[in-house]
Amino acid sequence: MDTLDLARWQFAITTVYHFFFVPVTISLVAITAGLQTAWYRTGKDKYLRLTKFYGKLFLINIAMGVVTGLVQEFQFGMNWSDYSRFVGDVFGAPLALEGLLAFFLESTFIGLWIFGWDRLPRRVHLACIWMVVLGTQLSAYFILAANSWMQNPVGFRYNADRGRAELTDIWAVLTNKVVLVTYPHTIFAAFMVGGAFVAAVALWHLIRRAGTDTEAFRTALRMGAVIVIVAGAGVALSGDQQGKVMTEVQPMKMAAAEALYESEKPASFSVFTIGTLDGSKEIFSVKVPYLLSFLATGHFDAEVQGINSLQQAYEELYGPGSYKPNIPLTYWTFRLMIGVGMSAAAVAAWLLWATRRGRSPSRWMVWLVAPLPLLPLAANTFGWIFTETGRQPWLVFGLLPTSAGVSPGTTTAEVLTSLIGFTVLYGALAVVEVKLMTKSIRAGLPPADVVPADPDGSDDGSGKPLSFAY
Amino acid sequence: MELTTVWFIIIAGLWVGYFVLEGFDFGVGTLLRVIGRDEPERRAVITTIGPVWDGNEVWLIVAGGATFAAFPEWYATLFSGFYLPLFAILVALILRGVALEYRGKRDDLLWRGRMDTVITIGSVAPAFLWGITFANLVRGVPLDSSYEYVGSLGDLLSPFALLGGVAFTAVFVAHGAIFLALRTTGELRERANRFAARFGVVAAVLTVGFLLWALELRGDVASSVLAGVAACALVAGLVANRFRREGWAFAGTALAIGLAVTALFVAMFPAVMPSTLDPSSTLTTVDAASTPYTLKILTIIAAIFTPLVMLYQGWTYWVFRKRVTVEPVAVS
Ligand code: HDD
Ligand code: HEM
Ligand code: HEM
Repeated sequence: MDTLDLARWQFAITTVYHFFFVPVTISLVAITAGLQTAWYRTGKDKYLRLTKFYGKLFLINIAMGVVTGLVQEFQFGMNWSDYSRFVGDVFGAPLALEGLLAFFLESTFIGLWIFGWDRLPRRVHLACIWMVVLGTQLSAYFILAANSWMQNPVGFRYNADRGRAELTDIWAVLTNKVVLVTYPHTIFAAFMVGGAFVAAVALWHLIRRAGTDTEAFRTALRMGAVIVIVAGAGVALSGDQQGKVMTEVQPMKMAAAEALYESEKPASFSVFTIGTLDGSKEIFSVKVPYLLSFLATGHFDAEVQGINSLQQAYEELYGPGSYKPNIPLTYWTFRLMIGVGMSAAAVAAWLLWATRRGRSPSRWMVWLVAPLPLLPLAANTFGWIFTETGRQPWLVFGLLPTSAGVSPGTTTAEVLTSLIGFTVLYGALAVVEVKLMTKSIRAGLPPADVVPADPDGSDDGSGKPLSFAY
Repeated sequence: MELTTVWFIIIAGLWVGYFVLEGFDFGVGTLLRVIGRDEPERRAVITTIGPVWDGNEVWLIVAGGATFAAFPEWYATLFSGFYLPLFAILVALILRGVALEYRGKRDDLLWRGRMDTVITIGSVAPAFLWGITFANLVRGVPLDSSYEYVGSLGDLLSPFALLGGVAFTAVFVAHGAIFLALRTTGELRERANRFAARFGVVAAVLTVGFLLWALELRGDVASSVLAGVAACALVAGLVANRFRREGWAFAGTALAIGLAVTALFVAMFPAVMPSTLDPSSTLTTVDAASTPYTLKILTIIAAIFTPLVMLYQGWTYWVFRKRVTVEPVAVS
């Protein structure tokens, strides 16, 4: 393997790992904020205890999101220095905005929230967690705007002298039609994970710790399930929009998603295929007629361009070379994203039905606890692998091939060192985090008598031990 | 003023903010087992930085992001050139962040002891490595005509760079000790105060030595004056610490760190990465900069949001201004 391959593997590993924690953070902070708001409004113990319980799980998760994010910020410069030189003028702006607007907000207010239970007036303390919610949303928007620019470069001009892209219209970058559809899709996808996580934890308690805190966990289970279903609908609707935008800006990705070699009119969508996907005749395939045409264009009988004709068109436009991504990878990740993710919504719907009107879940349902959150999490990963590998061979679509982005001066040994280093470190941290998570989940809801004081702000307590952290 | 100069100043300011703020929490992390003798004490030590360390670290993230946006060439050359030190810094910061967040999540002394060790290592290592990095920035590194780093790891480990590493570590430890004296009570406060008094002398000698060497390599009148004032502020801070005026002492070390870092940036300007091979390969603010349009947008955003950030970060310090006391806690 050469430096390029190693750098690609490293980017894929660190980014996918970062994105295990990101969707949980985005959704769980909002759910925790919702629970705390419910406590603030109703004064019911149940909500306070749930807030603290899920809040602690959220904190365990966000710690990992934060430290893995740090690597993200610097690895562009480390492994992809020519890419950084090429895109910095455009791409740097949303990244800097993310830091200045979002990360400061998140990190500062999360400190206030953790340590402020007994120090801040209740209303102010509640506002702190909502500020964190705002921070995660801004963070997601800006980073997705940056990523969307790589999918569909807009608002720039190419400067041949300096060999770089230069920003001409920041507004065009922030309202790129790709980010407008990617943002809702990613957020809904995140809420599928968080809702499923909340429901799964509650389900485990209802079965394994039957009789303790039943009412609180029933609330959590049903709330989580509803979130999964609503977010599932959101993901499907926004995903449909994304498909249309993608067909417009990267038709090759749509063709690769279906392994469609020859243009078809109307085009059908294959649910799965047995065969090699290399353009020869498949052995067996289940097809839904007209569906691909609809996904791609919104019309049931429209033409969808095939890989071969697009390859020809691209050769004329960009010169000789292969413009095909890895077809089996795009084909299968696209199906897995949809299939695996939507099956979580089905499980959630079924749980809701099974626990209707006070019914308790049966003992065997404990088998659903692990798959419920892991399915949408896997769908998130598949979605990103699809999006990113489907863009290949481009790093910035139509402008910068991936091979031209890698750091010229960095040695294979260096990249190998950091690749192995991060992978081993991340593996070890995963073990620590999962152990801590399960331990905290098993511990159950905190006792009811820890209602925090409500200082009026004039006296802020003394150095009393701080609740539930450190 | 040229926008490129404005952005050089802003980025220097972000690094100043980073080192002044994260400097004391590196110091506190390093001293965790020195000042805190048992679990309740260590818990109190950690609590002094608990609400703020993450926010302090974001200064680094924003410094990185702003460099990427305003000076892409600088970002590319710096981080690909200093590859291995940067990798080590990231590993250390990851371990430290996780240990800080996870130590209190288990009631288990063995676990907490291990996390404390990780926090200590994760605080010393980046302090030392940032010192090495900044020393090399000032001294210059081998860059070719396309501004790519062509040296080896060995080139980064000159005696000057190692002194930089030691000096950064020492001054952060002194800064952290004074912060602890400022934020705790009783026995902890006494111990931190005494430690700062003794160790401060070592830190001052190392810092002054490093600054003199740096100025000799690449200094002008302005940077010399700044470095001189930095040294005076450090000494004044230590004197204030003797008189147990901890607020003034902390202001002194904070000012000293801020001015010393400023002096290094002033000494470099207008270079951002001096080349030791050929002066024409030196990367300057103008070579490295983004377009005026991008810089203008960034300036507007920074002008609106930086004061806001400082306001709410300042508020956090106000909310948690009360000294932290050692509370007996039951841990098995
Ligand atoms: C819970 C996770 C999940 C689920 C159930 C789905 N997706 Fe998705 N999908 C993602 C999680 C995801 C993702 C991880 O969030 C991606 C990667 C990047 C992005 O914006 O969203 C993504 C990308 C993505 C793209 C690529 C956009 C591009 O490359 O520009 C398309 C076309 C779709 N999705 C379409 C769909 C459709 C039609 C779905 C179902 C009906 C669907 N997705 C379900
Ligand atoms: C702004 C955000 C992002 C940027 C700038 C970005 C950019 C890149 C770059 C530079 C590469 C390396 C080139 C390559 O290997 O093809 C890459 C690959 C990849 N990224 Fe992204 N990415 C972003 C977000 C994400 C996220 C959030 C994920 C999902 C977790 C992701 C998943 C991947 C994967 C799986 C690859 C490997 C593709 C391959 O090697 O073929 N990316 N992306
Ligand atoms: C490859 C591009 C990415 C970069 C450079 C990046 C950068 C970062 C950094 C530096 C942090 C830590 C912030 C802190 O210390 O507080 C972080 C955390 C986070 N990122 Fe990423 N990120 C990337 C991809 C993404 C994507 C695609 C999303 C959302 C859709 C996202 C959302 C978040 C969230 C919600 C956190 C939670 C932790 C926190 O900020 O405190 N990131 N990211």
